[in-house]
Amino acid sequence: MMHKSLCRGIPGWRWIVLASLALLITVLPIPANAKAPQARTFHVQASRFSYRPAVLTANPGDRVTIELKATDVVHGLAIDGYNLETTSDPGQTARLTFVADRRGSFRFRCTVTCGNMHPFMIGRLQVGRNDLLWRAAGLAILAAAAGVWKERK
Amino acid sequence: MNRLQEVTWKGKVPLAEGLPASPRIRAPQKRINLAQVTWFRPLLLSRWPQFLIRCLTLAGSVFTIFAGLFGSPVGSHNFAIIFVWIAWWTALKLAFIPLGGRSWCSVCPIPLPGEWLQQGGTLEKRRHRFSLNLRWPKRLRGSWLQSSGFLLIGLFSAVTMTDARVTAWVLLGLFGLAIGLSLTFERRAFCSYLCPIGGFSGIYAKTAPPEVRVVDASICVSHREKTCYLNCPWGLYPLALRDSSQCGLCLECLRSCPQDNIAINLRPFGSDLGWSRQSGRLDDAFLALVMLGSALAFATVFTGPWGSLKSAAFAIGSPPWGLYALGFLAFNLTLMPGLFSLAVWMGSRWSGQKTQLRRAIGNQSQVLLPLGLFAWIAFTISFAFPKLNTVLSVLSDPLGWGWNLLGIANTPWSPDLSGISSILQVSILLAGLFWSASVAQRLVKASDRGSLRQALPILAFCFLFTLAMFWLLVG
Repeated sequence: MMHKSLCRGIPGWRWIVLASLALLITVLPIPANAKAPQARTFHVQASRFSYRPAVLTANPGDRVTIELKATDVVHGLAIDGYNLETTSDPGQTARLTFVADRRGSFRFRCTVTCGNMHPFMIGRLQVGRNDLLWRAAGLAILAAAAGVWKERK
Repeated sequence: MNRLQEVTWKGKVPLAEGLPASPRIRAPQKRINLAQVTWFRPLLLSRWPQFLIRCLTLAGSVFTIFAGLFGSPVGSHNFAIIFVWIAWWTALKLAFIPLGGRSWCSVCPIPLPGEWLQQGGTLEKRRHRFSLNLRWPKRLRGSWLQSSGFLLIGLFSAVTMTDARVTAWVLLGLFGLAIGLSLTFERRAFCSYLCPIGGFSGIYAKTAPPEVRVVDASICVSHREKTCYLNCPWGLYPLALRDSSQCGLCLECLRSCPQDNIAINLRPFGSDLGWSRQSGRLDDAFLALVMLGSALAFATVFTGPWGSLKSAAFAIGSPPWGLYALGFLAFNLTLMPGLFSLAVWMGSRWSGQKTQLRRAIGNQSQVLLPLGLFAWIAFTISFAFPKLNTVLSVLSDPLGWGWNLLGIANTPWSPDLSGISSILQVSILLAGLFWSASVAQRLVKASDRGSLRQALPILAFCFLFTLAMFWLLVG
């Protein structure tokens, strides 16, 4: 009872609670399953307009090597957020080695115009858990609650 | 529907249109009437500024068609692909619609040649007109055809958006269709009933600030000539406007009103949303669901890592494309409407509402609009941001013939916006969900026996949609 009356006395207490929760969800560190870094090699085949495999998964700190082999025409591979790029001629293998030191989900895209759907030739590099996705899901619950509260007066 | 020709309106236009049917009436919201802003008024009253912009967009369209037909077949080097699908399509979703509602319709070049033939002039109607001036068939009214047109675009989007020649032919087809309909039917039949972009802009114009309304309803009721209606190319009667979905902002009503009784208002965002409607029409609900479903489907095909899906969407006529088309249509015609109807039905049952399901679906579909618009914006960011550098280079070499007119054809500027764009996409989707939730709660308040239970299943539907978009765009 006392808590309820105290809350009523503070103007916009619901917003303060929501904002605090939002801040918590946004910045609270989520414990990660620390795994010893290891070397990983992915053999990626590139053909119009797909990579196989299209989703590469690594742990933070892993030394990742991507061996890109174009099977039809020249294809490239550039990873968003890592500023890395390589190009493979048909039948040739190009290598890209780097340390996966950034967590999250990163798109990689073809860099050589390979046909109509070239702009959409996309793959995904997943480094550790995608915290952004989980945080976004948590914030979505708050956003829906906030939208309802805004109009409940 | 607000179309005057669809109601026997003379002397019967309800003055309470636009107000909620519920006894719980929301406080009137503030508006700024641009027609009363001294320095801005001449720009609105003169037909010249709008006409000049339409001439520019017409010239741009003609050049786009030329570039599409005769320029490089490589999409990223062709003005048609980059300017239609990167520059214009992005500007439409990020600026024109959220800030200006149907503002693009007011400068769209597609109806211009047909209107010129139909009216015998572009600035004023003249004697020599070439049109049968038939009325649009009653059974084809509403936004059903626009929804179908948008689904058709979705089926062929992988080719339309990537092949410059197809883009040019689609544009030519739209011009031809608009001319043909102007010569056959009265007013802007193409824009009102067929144009899929008109449907897209119209449904989301309800969230935007501009609105055309009358200042004093009693003046309109006593005005016998109805010059605003007679001069409206869209066949709308401003007094009967309930929302901004149909008005193309051509401002002819403002120019023709002898009583100076038309207001061009700037209002708070989303002013059309959250009112309880009495209509049992489902066309707008279906359009809202098609737009929402298409955003998800486009994000899956174009930004997902599934190469076989992209290839299937591109190989028109092949068996994989048949499967893709089947899946796309089943998703948009069955799954999305089915899930949404189920959510509305559950909400009604749970809250003890006696409203007819049809009417409830029509009413609750307003909830989908903010989320749908913001989902399109979020998708556009992932789609257009990585290609923004091509806009500069095609300005210098619009046909992909190796020119360098402005010296920026080989601009290496290619910013890595991936970090920012992910956060931006999440923020935009969250804002859309927040807004949709507030519309759902407004509808609860507007209903007679409203309780949060009515909104919960619909909020769950919106939440799941948001999660799916998160997964596709940043997952």
